[in-house]
Amino acid sequence: MVSILDIIGPVMVGPSSSHTAGACRLGLIARDLVGGTPTTALIELHGSFARTGEGHGTDKAIVGGLLGFRPDDERLRDALTIVEKEGLAYRFEKTTLGSEPDIHPNSVRITVARAKRQHVMLGASLGAGRIRVSEIDGYPVEVNGAHHTIVMVAEDVKGSIARIAGILSENGVNIATLRLTRKHRGGDAFMVIEVDERPDATVGEALGALGWVKWTHRIDKVGG
Amino acid sequence: MYGSLHEAIRDAEARGVPLSTVALEIESRDQGRSIESIREALGRALAVMRHAVEQGLTGDLRSNSGLVGGDAAKLRTGPDGPLAGTVFRDVLMRALAVQEVNAAMGVIVAAPTAGGAGVLPAVLLGIARQKAMRDAQLVDALATAGLIGAVVAQRASLSGAEGGCQAETGAAAGMAAGAATEMLGGTPSQVGHAVALAQQGTLGLVCDPLGGLVELPCVFRNATGAAIALAAVEMAMAGITFAIPADEVIDTMGEIGREMDVRYRETAGGGLAATPTGRRLAKERLTQIKRA
Repeated sequence: MVSILDIIGPVMVGPSSSHTAGACRLGLIARDLVGGTPTTALIELHGSFARTGEGHGTDKAIVGGLLGFRPDDERLRDALTIVEKEGLAYRFEKTTLGSEPDIHPNSVRITVARAKRQHVMLGASLGAGRIRVSEIDGYPVEVNGAHHTIVMVAEDVKGSIARIAGILSENGVNIATLRLTRKHRGGDAFMVIEVDERPDATVGEALGALGWVKWTHRIDKVGG
Repeated sequence: MYGSLHEAIRDAEARGVPLSTVALEIESRDQGRSIESIREALGRALAVMRHAVEQGLTGDLRSNSGLVGGDAAKLRTGPDGPLAGTVFRDVLMRALAVQEVNAAMGVIVAAPTAGGAGVLPAVLLGIARQKAMRDAQLVDALATAGLIGAVVAQRASLSGAEGGCQAETGAAAGMAAGAATEMLGGTPSQVGHAVALAQQGTLGLVCDPLGGLVELPCVFRNATGAAIALAAVEMAMAGITFAIPADEVIDTMGEIGREMDVRYRETAGGGLAATPTGRRLAKERLTQIKRA
């Protein structure tokens, strides 16, 4: 759903809404997957991101996002200097992730690790600062950062959705959308739940405590 | 949000209200937030736009590469041309100012994108200065601009990488023309014609930045985009109509964008970026950025 405030916005550090603000938002989402500033990050740039990224500060923006800077944070300009003190070892590579229309011309694959967690996501910057994450750890998803989002991998047990919905409603969190994908019947289920309110840590703990939940993360709203 | 300007214009005219009213109502319903809070957010955007104009007019900004900067100040203090003392010159100056701030990694409002961020504030703030508009009118105009941009996003594209510059400064010109027409008292139908008149003038416009940087020609395309928007406002306010409805002009922009060779979609593979001088400058400047 397109919003007026997506069009008149974001307020951002220039020069490019797709290559700077969108790139920063993708970095923020990758950061949330590991719950904080990663210790290592491999950033694979595709298409226009690879060809013109440096001049647009795409490198500064993605690294800034990984450090938790938002698109209007003037520290983005100096992100590649600041990162040296933050213990994040990052590496950029230029690659080809596929061809249009499957892969958007401004796409990036980010592999992040922190403590024992490692995740990989495929995302694209769609223009005007809007983004879409289309794959997390090999599961097809659709995360646009316009909502607070919970992503989780769980064993495919009966009644799991009812249990999860129960925990969310007990904590006053309203579900906006819920998508479930699995690689095969009985295999792990990957859930993307967009919610209206930002879930607090209690929700994450309650979900994580369910025996059949392998991992769960909250991805904060980065746009809209 | 509305998927066509036709429906929005129909609803607004049926009720005798401006497009901004129906746009804010639908936004409020879609996003589950009050009209007041949406207007506040637009008011914050307006403040950032004003600040960027002021910052750009000081004249001491240079982009990362040094390719652009300092030209807004020339229009402020430089010798007169045929447009001296007019709203036209004020608007051109503001468009350059915002885009120079953007190129220098300053803070701007992407409206609809960063590459096209100069057009809307230039047209609205330039006219507001001459006509002494109130902030509430500017906020309404931003809501109408948002509606127009949202329709373009759904029917065509707002990304130079997808649709060329017609999807960035072109879309911005349509948004600015429509928003200014409402601000000046035009009817919703006149707003529609202003959008069509502006957007038809940017059809086919390629995205060919030197070295892929949002600098050259982007800074100047914001100024010429604002000029096209002003021309459209002048014609629409005079009662001139454009025979092809705005929605169909927008669809045409999308179609041209889809057919546009990848060299003309922000890749620096064609257009001005691929001229001998364009290539030479890009090479020199990119080397400079890497050293910095």
